[in-house]
Amino acid sequence: MKAICWEGINKVSTETVPDPTILNPRDAIVRVFLSSVCGSDLHLLGGYIPAMRAGDIIGHEFMGEIVEVGPEVKKLKKGDRVVVCSVLSCGGCEFCQREEYSLCDNSNAEPEWTEKAYGYPVAGIFGYSHALGGYAGSHAEYTRIPFAENTCFKVPEGVSNESALFTSDAFPTGYMAADFAGIEPGDTVVVWGAGGVGLMAMHSAWLLGAGRVIAIDQYPYRLEQALLRAKVEVLNFREVDVLQALKDMTGGRGPDRCIDCVGMEANSTGIEKIYDYAKQYARLQNDRPAVLRQAIMACRKGGTVSVIGVYGGFVDKFPMGAAMNKGLTFRMGQQFGQRYIPKLLDIVARGEVDPAYLLTHKLSLDMGQEGYMMFKEKTNNNMRSVFAPAG
Amino acid sequence: MANSTKTSAPSDAKNPQTQEAGKHLTNVGTAGRVISLLGGAALAYHGWTKKDTAVGKSLTTAGAYLVLRGVSGFCAINKALQIDTAHSGAAGFEVTSSVTILKPRNEVYQFWRQLENLPKFMAYLEEVKQTGGKRSHWVAKVPRNIVTKEKLTTIAWDAEIEQEEKNSRISWRSLPGSEVENSGEVIFTDAQANLGTVVQATISYHPPLGIAGELAAKLLNPAFKELVKQDLRRFKRLLEAGEIPTIIGQTSGRKDENY
Repeated sequence: MKAICWEGINKVSTETVPDPTILNPRDAIVRVFLSSVCGSDLHLLGGYIPAMRAGDIIGHEFMGEIVEVGPEVKKLKKGDRVVVCSVLSCGGCEFCQREEYSLCDNSNAEPEWTEKAYGYPVAGIFGYSHALGGYAGSHAEYTRIPFAENTCFKVPEGVSNESALFTSDAFPTGYMAADFAGIEPGDTVVVWGAGGVGLMAMHSAWLLGAGRVIAIDQYPYRLEQALLRAKVEVLNFREVDVLQALKDMTGGRGPDRCIDCVGMEANSTGIEKIYDYAKQYARLQNDRPAVLRQAIMACRKGGTVSVIGVYGGFVDKFPMGAAMNKGLTFRMGQQFGQRYIPKLLDIVARGEVDPAYLLTHKLSLDMGQEGYMMFKEKTNNNMRSVFAPAG
Repeated sequence: MANSTKTSAPSDAKNPQTQEAGKHLTNVGTAGRVISLLGGAALAYHGWTKKDTAVGKSLTTAGAYLVLRGVSGFCAINKALQIDTAHSGAAGFEVTSSVTILKPRNEVYQFWRQLENLPKFMAYLEEVKQTGGKRSHWVAKVPRNIVTKEKLTTIAWDAEIEQEEKNSRISWRSLPGSEVENSGEVIFTDAQANLGTVVQATISYHPPLGIAGELAAKLLNPAFKELVKQDLRRFKRLLEAGEIPTIIGQTSGRKDENY
């Protein structure tokens, strides 16, 4: 079959590889219909997440149909149309029992990496480096699905493949960000990053009762989507002083809930930009935390900072004094997809939110490099490149 | 070890499989075994310090194999020379590791007590068979030559359960004269707040080598600790997830290997 493999920094290639097979009793094989790029892939592409090996198949946000199941898979059968959660969960450990699925003790096949880096191993994720399990990803004609009954969710009749696709990752991730923000009715919510996850966080903030939602980004076409689709107010950080603007917009009080949907490769301006790029280049910090710093500074006293953009290692110049003295609450984590996906599929089925608009470029697997570069460079108003192996 | 008075060649005659397995290793000379042991320990230690790399991992494993081979080789010599090594004063490799498993204590205990289950999660065990009473026969896999990656061979020994308290504790010890002298104890206790069972395993290997053995033990202990820890992790995964997650055998764009 064809698959898009990571080959090195900013280099992917489409290769012919063996078809996947069932390796464990709870596995299934899915024929992939649609598989999206994700902003977090850019950290892999940029070489900021270690533990990538040349030849790794990438991709983690996808949907398709079941073509084969292992002997312990009872609730799924050949032909089921499913959306697949990007995060793997065993279902049996303490953390899965608490519905904190991305903290699963058991689903990471190579737990030594994160055990050493973070103290304890975290869950496996498709196509997201050997630190997160080394599982072959979804930019392929077929993908092996571990713990298939926990990982696959049947798509309701009437929901198109394009609408279902983003309930794999972007929508539940954005929804969790809004959920973790602890939004109370009428709250002002600010979302940094108007990419797929950020836009879904904006829709979710409305669903959870926000009174006002503000988006921050630098790309006019993305802010336009935020304005038109998510119906939020927008700020371009290239044009305004964000901290002053947010104060002015909230009568000097500051936003109640601040959501970081950007993560470790934030863009910024001025001295801070030069400082973070230089330190990251010299590997003195792994992550450029400009958004996180700004969210902490912007947040009102006693507010919440919710972090869903991915960080991998250490950050520098973290304004702990502001966070502590303002009494902020922090929530963060990789998505607990299994907790949210059924609910979000219902929301999509009822037409309350249709994430299909994120799909701006549908491409064949042969267009891997082009698809990623368009997404990375934000050319052609690209929101998400989505690979459709069957055309 | 337990056989403070036993000096004769052990019960191989009663156990042809042990002898058969042992033969594979007797064509390695004494010097070779010393080199195996010390080189293996050094390799394992070196690998251990770099264990977050693939190379480091394989060094650790390779080193552990070599030491096991060195240890078993010396045991064979000692048997041939009818030397009692039990009181040579050498330090053993002894490691303790714990894991918490979200399953009731009786279930966790029962799975372990059925010794035939051990190879399902202990990486280097091929087979354990209960042979009646408290005795059991153990077979482990070791590579004959780590450098040339010559195929795996096996070593075998017999062990006896020394103490058991239902749902709380099991301890065992290899019978006198075993190729790999070893013992172990596993303690099962309730975890806090209904979080299942804490399993604490202590595993000992005894290299009868005096100073060289002590040195090797010091160097090697971290590697053995990692092996025991990984075995316990697989045990947890098998019980909680019903299977041990793997990527070995999956597809990738690498031509030389698939995982």
